[in-house]
Amino acid sequence: MDIHEYQAKELLARHGVHVPRGGLAYSPEQATYRAREIGGAKWVLKAQVHSGARGKAGGIKLCSNDEEISNAAEAMLGRKLVTHQTGPRGKLISRLYLEEAVDIAQELYLGFVLDRKEERVMIVASAAGGMEIEDISEKQPDSIIRATVDPGVGMQGFQAREIAFGLGLESNLIGKATETILGCYQVFRDYDASMLEINPLVVTRDGSLVALDAKMSFDENALFRRPEISELRDKSQEDPRETFASDRGLSYVGLDGNIGCIINGAGLAMATMDMIKIAGGEPANFLDIGGGASPERVAKSFRAVLGDKNVETILVNIFAGINRCDWVAEGVIKAIREVGVDVPLVVRLSGTKVEEGRRILADSGEAVIVADTLAEAAEKAVAAWREATKNKKAA
Amino acid sequence: MAILLNRSTRVIVQGFTGKIGSFHADDMKRYGTKLVGGVTPGKGGQTHLGLPVFNTVKGAVRETRAEASIVFVPPPFAADSIMEAADAGIKLCVCITDGIPSQDMMQVKRYMRRYRFEDRMRLVGPNCAGVITPGQALMGIMPGSIYLPGRVGIVGRSGTLGYEAASQMKALGIGVSTSVGIGGDPINGSSFKDILQLFERDDDTDAVVMIGEIGGPQEAEAAIWARDNMRKPLIAYIAGLSAPKGRRMGHAGAIISAFGESAQEKVEILKEAGVVIVPTPASFGEVVADTLARTKKAA
Repeated sequence: MDIHEYQAKELLARHGVHVPRGGLAYSPEQATYRAREIGGAKWVLKAQVHSGARGKAGGIKLCSNDEEISNAAEAMLGRKLVTHQTGPRGKLISRLYLEEAVDIAQELYLGFVLDRKEERVMIVASAAGGMEIEDISEKQPDSIIRATVDPGVGMQGFQAREIAFGLGLESNLIGKATETILGCYQVFRDYDASMLEINPLVVTRDGSLVALDAKMSFDENALFRRPEISELRDKSQEDPRETFASDRGLSYVGLDGNIGCIINGAGLAMATMDMIKIAGGEPANFLDIGGGASPERVAKSFRAVLGDKNVETILVNIFAGINRCDWVAEGVIKAIREVGVDVPLVVRLSGTKVEEGRRILADSGEAVIVADTLAEAAEKAVAAWREATKNKKAA
Repeated sequence: MAILLNRSTRVIVQGFTGKIGSFHADDMKRYGTKLVGGVTPGKGGQTHLGLPVFNTVKGAVRETRAEASIVFVPPPFAADSIMEAADAGIKLCVCITDGIPSQDMMQVKRYMRRYRFEDRMRLVGPNCAGVITPGQALMGIMPGSIYLPGRVGIVGRSGTLGYEAASQMKALGIGVSTSVGIGGDPINGSSFKDILQLFERDDDTDAVVMIGEIGGPQEAEAAIWARDNMRKPLIAYIAGLSAPKGRRMGHAGAIISAFGESAQEKVEILKEAGVVIVPTPASFGEVVADTLARTKKAA
């Protein structure tokens, strides 16, 4: 789960990390009012969307008077910001953050990730801040400093000091940098983060160390014990199809194709999507219906998939282990009758009670295309989709 | 004996009296697993499914001489249960639980290192389908009927995709020595490489099918190890060709966040290491059959 920059900065500020003075605004008037509150002569207005690379997309503006602030806010609010991280649909700007402008002497990079190879929290730092970490590792790989934390004892002071000296900071900044790095680690650990990135962390001309940007993501498996983080969720930043599905306990990822997928198991779901692609189609979504596929759950999945207006065919692929094919078949029939399925539907059942499941589908009298194998299911789905789009064009 | 599990392995269930634990314990017992008891704190002394219930894993080990444990404990308490098993002298722990926080798993892995290598518990999972040695014993949630006993090992992250592979093999008369689900979490107990090492040493296994997916470094690590150390044929499929970068595809660990983690990149790494690639998820059966036939001819 991602949070906004201003939310991350609030968390960090509580743990000894210096951030510029700033305030949140929902309107141009509020933004200019924030400028009075903050004081100074130059401000930066920043669109609060869950994405990096906002500057290039017009989501960050340097302003030096009320008019500039007001105009920039007017231009941003209500617009969708499209960056290379948001995808072509972009993300809605409904909150702005106004900050005092900072006089930058040097830009650094500081990141914390969960390293899957080491199975530990890894700190990545570089004196070449300001660009994305992928670019740093490509252009200046020697500038990257790494350290891992022993989860038994947590991050130690010497580790933070080594990083601070490694960044080549002046001796009067070492104490501040150590405090900043340890503070970040504490936030990462105490709130079950999965990623924390300060890019850039800046040295100002008056010799202080400030987090100019902050990006954080959290481990969704740990939200049950972090209610204060769950509260920071902003549904306006999510794909509405995914919000609908996740509110109903379904694991769903929206994509750009036309063949809707309802599958049990994440691996089989990915494999079925691959098979659709190999057969010449494009999947509209990833959807893992999970272990207990009750008829109600199947019906919910149909609602989630059909909520995407691009869906022109549905493929259901269930390999029942804990699930039972007869229950899934009943769920499919229930969904057809209650939800209304006006696109071709291909169903492949396998595993526990498969004969009973197929019989229920056959006896229902509903227009269900049945497939026996994974390959057949994908081929039939792509063929049905081609047929349906051809008819649509003809009509 | 195939790997990890056979008909004489003495197994307990942690989270024994819960709904999910009971359901699968019953299923495992019927498959032939030597189930000797279970643990539910506070219910020690009771009998459940005809077997004794214990308050602690230590108590269960003392009374039943259990060597293996399967965990069905809910996510907030699962890490604690795994560490309890490690401390009680359990040799193999299979954790089915989905949804354990990553930091809890970091603690578990760190904790397990306090024991000498020879005494250290082997953890499989979490968020996995478990382990089955067809015809002998089941420690997991997979439908036993889809596996034919045989001589091909399977190791994979996903449950249902593993079923798909096993049933395609069964349709061609190819059986399985042991199938191991290592789970879909970013931090897991046994890696692909760990399980390949066991299959390579196992006299009852002739070839291994590895079913990977997007995200993480473990498929590549396994491929490099296999290139340098494995004599048996390794056959692999990577799921997630159509997965976009930076999006989590169901499994907590199925996310492309670094170079080399996409399906295409992993397939390239595997190919370069000489691994036989299963090109589509519908061709597990064929590719395994072809590989076995070629190996036989060469021998």
